Amino acid sequence: MAESYLHDEFPEATQGGADPNVVDPEPVMGNPTAPSQDRKAVKAEQRRELVRAPSFIIGAVILLFWTLCAIAPGLLTKWGENEVIRLEDGSTIPRAAPSADAWFGTDTIGNDVYARVIYGADNVLINAPISALIAVLAGAVLGLIMGFYRGWADEILSRIIEAILSLPVILLAIMVLVVFGSSRLVIVLTIAGLFTPVVARTVRSAVLTEAQLDYVTSAKLRGESGWFIMMREIFPNITNVLIVEFTVRVGYAIFTVATLAFLGLSGGDQTAADWGVDIANGYSLIQSGQWWVSIFPALAIASLVIAVNLIADSIEKVYKA
Amino acid sequence: MSLITNDSDRIQRGDPETAALAVQDLELVYMVRGTPRVVLRGVTFQVRPGEAFGLVGESGCGKSTTAYAAMRYLPGNGRITGGKVLANGFDVTAMSQKELREFRSTQASMVYQDPVQAMNPTLKIGKQVAECYRILGADKGEADDKALEALKRVKIAAPGSVMDRYPHQLSGGMLQRVVIAMGLAGDPQLLVLDEPTTGLDATVEAEVLDLVRDLREETNAAVLLIAHNLGVIRTMCDRVGVMYAGRMVEEASSDELFEEPRHPYTIGLMNAIPRLGLRKTDRALSTIPGNMPAIGTPLPTCVYVDRCPLATDICKTDLPPIVELGDGRWTRCHHSDQLSDIEELISEVPEHEIGDEHVVQLNQVSKTFRQRGNDVPALVSVDLGFAEGETLGLVGESGSGKSTLAKTMLGVHGPDVGGEITLDGKPMKGKATDRRNEAIRAIQMVFQNPDSALNRAWTVRRILTRTVTSLTDIQGEAADRRVEEIAEAMRLSTHHLDMRPRQLSGGLKQRVAIARAFAGDPRVVVCDEPTSALDVSVQAAILNLLATLQRDEKTSYLFITHDIGVVRYLADRIAVMYVGRIMEKGYTDDIFAGPVHPYTEALLSAVPSVDGEATDRIPLTGDIPSPANPPPGCVFHTRCRYAIPGTCDVIEPPDIEIGPKHTIVCHLPVEELPTPVTVSIKTG
Repeated sequence: MAESYLHDEFPEATQGGADPNVVDPEPVMGNPTAPSQDRKAVKAEQRRELVRAPSFIIGAVILLFWTLCAIAPGLLTKWGENEVIRLEDGSTIPRAAPSADAWFGTDTIGNDVYARVIYGADNVLINAPISALIAVLAGAVLGLIMGFYRGWADEILSRIIEAILSLPVILLAIMVLVVFGSSRLVIVLTIAGLFTPVVARTVRSAVLTEAQLDYVTSAKLRGESGWFIMMREIFPNITNVLIVEFTVRVGYAIFTVATLAFLGLSGGDQTAADWGVDIANGYSLIQSGQWWVSIFPALAIASLVIAVNLIADSIEKVYKA
Repeated sequence: MSLITNDSDRIQRGDPETAALAVQDLELVYMVRGTPRVVLRGVTFQVRPGEAFGLVGESGCGKSTTAYAAMRYLPGNGRITGGKVLANGFDVTAMSQKELREFRSTQASMVYQDPVQAMNPTLKIGKQVAECYRILGADKGEADDKALEALKRVKIAAPGSVMDRYPHQLSGGMLQRVVIAMGLAGDPQLLVLDEPTTGLDATVEAEVLDLVRDLREETNAAVLLIAHNLGVIRTMCDRVGVMYAGRMVEEASSDELFEEPRHPYTIGLMNAIPRLGLRKTDRALSTIPGNMPAIGTPLPTCVYVDRCPLATDICKTDLPPIVELGDGRWTRCHHSDQLSDIEELISEVPEHEIGDEHVVQLNQVSKTFRQRGNDVPALVSVDLGFAEGETLGLVGESGSGKSTLAKTMLGVHGPDVGGEITLDGKPMKGKATDRRNEAIRAIQMVFQNPDSALNRAWTVRRILTRTVTSLTDIQGEAADRRVEEIAEAMRLSTHHLDMRPRQLSGGLKQRVAIARAFAGDPRVVVCDEPTSALDVSVQAAILNLLATLQRDEKTSYLFITHDIGVVRYLADRIAVMYVGRIMEKGYTDDIFAGPVHPYTEALLSAVPSVDGEATDRIPLTGDIPSPANPPPGCVFHTRCRYAIPGTCDVIEPPDIEIGPKHTIVCHLPVEELPTPVTVSIKTG
């Protein structure tokens, strides 16, 4: 109870947060005359600021491109993912360097690396956001419970989270996938499960700050249930944290999905195009000079991770301002 | 020479080249998204060497900006667009970065509001203080010696051991002393203090202010002080400048300004403060209607025109002239000869009635916390009753258990076994979650800081509706109607109902918080310093509202505050707490007339008052004892100047009744009990 004692005793010493006398360097105008417009204006301003940020624009363009690839790969390439390139004379060109016929070259079978990169987008683009979303939802619930109720449940969960966080994610994922098989469902749930602790910890600290505010005390004083306070009072105040956390987790999830695929845990048809699988199949060729087979899918992963991180950074910046 | 005369040509209290600080026609804007927003509109004043100059005015008037500009500490979007700042004849606005560093290390220093943020938490105090001397060129050994010397100079207890401690191991008051010691390292001729005592307890505040005063005499440094507490300004400053919307409207000596203000705005401020023993039964407090113009509004006219009772057409078109009143005193008003026409808004105050029976009664309530396996008695055998329509003022230093008492009443945590809280004579459960709905409704709270107390994701309507529906049987459309009724009673308009808290001003937010507390028809409302975060003009409106609600609803208040003027104005009875015990309780008039408990005497005299310095203040030195380890005998004997050795430090003092419903806990014979020192009121 040491901490709750402190919490009970010392608030009067801290004379309420912000200094009322400092002129805000970026004043939000007082006395608004049109309330709902004002709130909408703030939101609109945030959005405008976001879509104007160069890092957001670059990230969004790259992300949109890969999304298009995942939805309609046929629009961007005339070759299928398992279709061997045949020249006009019907000959195949396996292991060909990038050229006008095959922009990114061809692999050992003679498939177009460009087509495989385009077709390979869907696996990552489906798995990563879904697992990040599940992780954020589960982490939010856990974090709310830990941060709001504190006590022994928090202690136990915190120790478990620390234990999980101290182990390499990939190692844990491999162990789980070896036991439960590597279907797409298991992959998504595994990544979600492994990211939940990090999210829970972030949400917990945000909830701890919220739970010390007097509106929570006030809700308790009118006899609201814990569930109501968590979900209706506190939750709307931590949505910014969740959005930022989601975008950051998507970035990590892309990386994890691709790494698992590289290790042969792609959760689908092994012949289907997949960046991780293709890197795995092609990286030994680098030594014999055929770098293009693995480098282009690797660049695809890198560009997607960077794009998501650019978006995450600009969202975070706008919310913090 | 241009034909337009600058203010600085008219208001000169001496050669600006020799002033410790001369701010001349300073204009400053903040760039917000490419648009300049005017913050300072030509501020002119001088701080002569050895003088203490105070800046007052409500939030957003630009007083902090002025102070920061004096040191040229400006946020990235701040631009000085006109005028200059001279310090000892050097133009601060024209200095290079190198000169500026030199200036800040040897000629001027600044002390900020929050000492915790001013210190590096990972370095020992000694190292941080010594660092200041290292920068000035001292070698390590010399710097350490000087650091120790500096800590002694700011009269810190056990300076040697403080050197070896980390910032988190020191109290706020001690840390502020350390920060002041660091600020004095370069023997500055100018010390800029921005709300130096705002986060501190009232008694600690008084000690820090005493220190600053002593140091001023010792070093003859000039001081520029910003404080929203007018009592601090009154007791600390020789001269005061009143700012409004980025302009200085009046400058005078401290005594003149507080006794005989000469600008309509200053007059409004002075009438808004509960002072000179004013009581709620005398009259309502005057308020200043309206709001200060938003930052960045173009104001080619009198800045105060919208709220001024004397405003005429000329005020709406022309910038008022400076009217010199002698001795460097001036005001900026078109109608400075008609000030006596301003009437105090005296409204009839009908006598309010106080019931005989106690609505809520605390019997032998104690609260013991467990801390690292030890029992910490934070509340010891408290007896208190609340009659209908009565305000009980609760005063005491931080850590005396005021908040614990409030929280125990509210049921945030249950009292120890043996004590009970009754509602209409029937015992209530300790914890709010175990209480019946009726008991929950009966005791509600208004928090100190409305920003924290209102859910920023909710609209005002939702906050109030939820409170009505969960505390009362009123549901559905009836609840909507009830919410609109409450809002109207709080003078909130319907469009405020659809706003979220951050869109409201501090005063409106506090009205929402009060509305919420009153939504379930409470019997007792706990008010925890509800006005301490507000400007005085807003404070007046809130105090008036609380007084009116009390008369209409017959609600009782537990009113926790550090402001003696406020408690005297509002409270019917006062209880004084120390280390979890009620040391004294009695009717407000009896307490202020005396005799009182020695602790009450010290507490009342420690707090800086807007009515001026008490002639013989009783210092309350040292820290309040920890409730984990209370002194034996009388808990106050360690700081009591009347303590009787062999008695007070051994035997717990008895409860004695020294007047009607006036009890104190003290060994002293009644005739030896002190009377609170009175403030000498100067007139003219």
